[in-house]
Amino acid sequence: MGHTLAGVLFYILIFPGFLFLATAALLAEYVDRKLCARLQNRIGPPWFQPWADFIKLLAKENLVPELADRPMFAATPLVALTSVVTALLYIPIWKPSALFAFKGDVIVVLYLLSIPTVAFFLGGWYSRSLYSMIGAARAITQLFAYEVPLVLSILAPALLADTWSLSELTKYYSANPLHMLFNLIGLAVGLLALLGKLERVPFDAPEAETEVVAGTLTEYSGKLLAIFRMAISIEMIVGASLLAAVFLPFGLNLGPAVGFGLYLVKVFAIVCLISLLRSVFARLRIDQMVNFCWQYVAPVAFVQLLIDLGVKGLMKGPVGP
Amino acid sequence: MPNANLQVPIGPQHPALKEPTSFMLTLSGEKIMKAGIRLGYNHRGIEKACEARTYIQDLYLVERICGICSHSHATAFSMAVEECAQLEVPRRASYIRSLVGELERVHSHLLWLGVAGHEVGFDTLLMYTWRDREVVMDLLAMLTGNRVNYGINTIGGVRRDVTSEQKLKILEGVAVLEERTKYYITVATEEVTLARRLSGVGALSHDDAIRLGAVGPTARASDVPRDCRKDDPYAAYTEVPVNVVTDNHNDVYGRTLVRCGELMECYRLIRQLVENLPEGPIAVKAPRKIPAAEAFVRYEAPRGEDVHYVKSNGTEKPERVKVRAPTLANVQAVAHMLKDGYLADLPIVVAAIDPCFSCTDRLIEVEGSARGGIMTWGQLRAYGIEWHRRHGVDFSRLNANFRAGEDR
Repeated sequence: MGHTLAGVLFYILIFPGFLFLATAALLAEYVDRKLCARLQNRIGPPWFQPWADFIKLLAKENLVPELADRPMFAATPLVALTSVVTALLYIPIWKPSALFAFKGDVIVVLYLLSIPTVAFFLGGWYSRSLYSMIGAARAITQLFAYEVPLVLSILAPALLADTWSLSELTKYYSANPLHMLFNLIGLAVGLLALLGKLERVPFDAPEAETEVVAGTLTEYSGKLLAIFRMAISIEMIVGASLLAAVFLPFGLNLGPAVGFGLYLVKVFAIVCLISLLRSVFARLRIDQMVNFCWQYVAPVAFVQLLIDLGVKGLMKGPVGP
Repeated sequence: MPNANLQVPIGPQHPALKEPTSFMLTLSGEKIMKAGIRLGYNHRGIEKACEARTYIQDLYLVERICGICSHSHATAFSMAVEECAQLEVPRRASYIRSLVGELERVHSHLLWLGVAGHEVGFDTLLMYTWRDREVVMDLLAMLTGNRVNYGINTIGGVRRDVTSEQKLKILEGVAVLEERTKYYITVATEEVTLARRLSGVGALSHDDAIRLGAVGPTARASDVPRDCRKDDPYAAYTEVPVNVVTDNHNDVYGRTLVRCGELMECYRLIRQLVENLPEGPIAVKAPRKIPAAEAFVRYEAPRGEDVHYVKSNGTEKPERVKVRAPTLANVQAVAHMLKDGYLADLPIVVAAIDPCFSCTDRLIEVEGSARGGIMTWGQLRAYGIEWHRRHGVDFSRLNANFRAGEDR
């Protein structure tokens, strides 16, 4: 691939790695909070509020519950953060190919994006607090409900493009931009699944304040809480980037500057959509969430899969002589 | 899951609770197998304190029993004292009492709607209803000078008159609120996630509502037409009849519909009260010493039937004051509603009775019980220090003057 060590470190730590992601994530958090506040007829926070919250948390004491498993309790936020940052390296951002790519990276990205949820589960479980444990159990229950529709919705466009690599996938759709119109159902499914992954209203049962205090995060404080929250914010950006790369891959051939501008527009449009949904729905109970995902979202994702298989069959023409 | 029969304490401190109370839940997974309720974290001794104060001082004290239905307690208490003193309250005063009472019901129900939204994670509803609640809070502040503890009642009538400009402002405010309430009724009935979180939750059948003695909107949502304004009319309700709003959904959804319907009924009543406000004095002079008598008054607070009992003994202080706030009548039904429900529904089920635990907490001495008994202040202090010492915290060294078990 020809990457030097310094170049790789630059990618991972600065751009498009941690520093860029952290900035974008905090900006997205601001947009989310401000927009939600305006929709709820409130004033909302000033632009630097997410940064201020982050710095404040970093300066605070780390409290670890006496009964908690210390190494697990401390490790899970870091695991969550690193996995989401790593996932972005395989997602094409401002050009049709990502920084790193290999055959099968779709699966790796989906795996990397499931790790935060597992980290949530483990962190809550090893806190040994009742509320954390209930929140953790809900997080993992929710994972089983949205993960299948999410994988199916990403799988369908990949099938049409006949590849297991995200970079190849965006190259295909950049070459055939109109083909992304076949995947609109998948975009809707992907958005819903992303809401579940990010534990946003209406799928925020794992951290429902009025029931389980803060779920997994109940016992977290100080730096560990800051890292966990940063991981969630970055997950929002990475999830939105994934949806943008798979379902909205237009304008990637227009050079890095335009491509990057369009990328930001796409990601922030998805963030705005998430906060809009957050302000118009009530929280579903975990059993209602699971039923909803399996009764409606998963079958719709299958429909998307069938559409893409059908389109592929029609384009290739009849098989055989 | 190792969650089988997990004991989860909700409270005394928990984000779902606005006041300290405790629910001990036995969970199987997410399902509640058993719910125990424990009150008593917020006992303030107001009934006892009333016996040491004059009737006028008591009026301001009972107004502070509740931060939401303050006018209900003050009116019920003054009606009881007036009955003891055999005072005839002027018609205009009765109308003003009812008017403030209905405005209070509007602010209480709007507040409840917001809290209900928050409990099911629909914070937008909370923000909207509480914004609109400001309209009625402003009206109350204009009429009485205060937003919460109005202080408009006095023994024998009310302390402030309503001017004709104020009447106009009330009608304007009510028009705004009526428009907004219609919108909330649409939201509550048509928003899918909200309807899913409310219907079928916290079921209380018609028979159970009667058996457990539910009152107010909780009873009316189970199709029990209990309303003191209708059953035992007081103040202006003898002349301005109330249409009792009931519903047969028997669940939290029904309680939401009843409260929304009552808001619309309140607006009708407020208009009628303002338009038919009779001329005349607003108070009669009350004696300082109330002759020996006893009175029992029922008042329909926003949360349900509020009961005040006053016994006078010919002095300027009452012999006994007893208050039964509506939450005490409804709290029995909560344990029943929680059973076989989901943990996720606990906040909304508890909130659906519009609880006020501070109003409810009472001290009861059970004669002949093995535990407890009455302690003096010194004994209580010694007991507390000893209890903490046994648990590894020694407070006795903090106070060198402390001598165990002695009153100072």
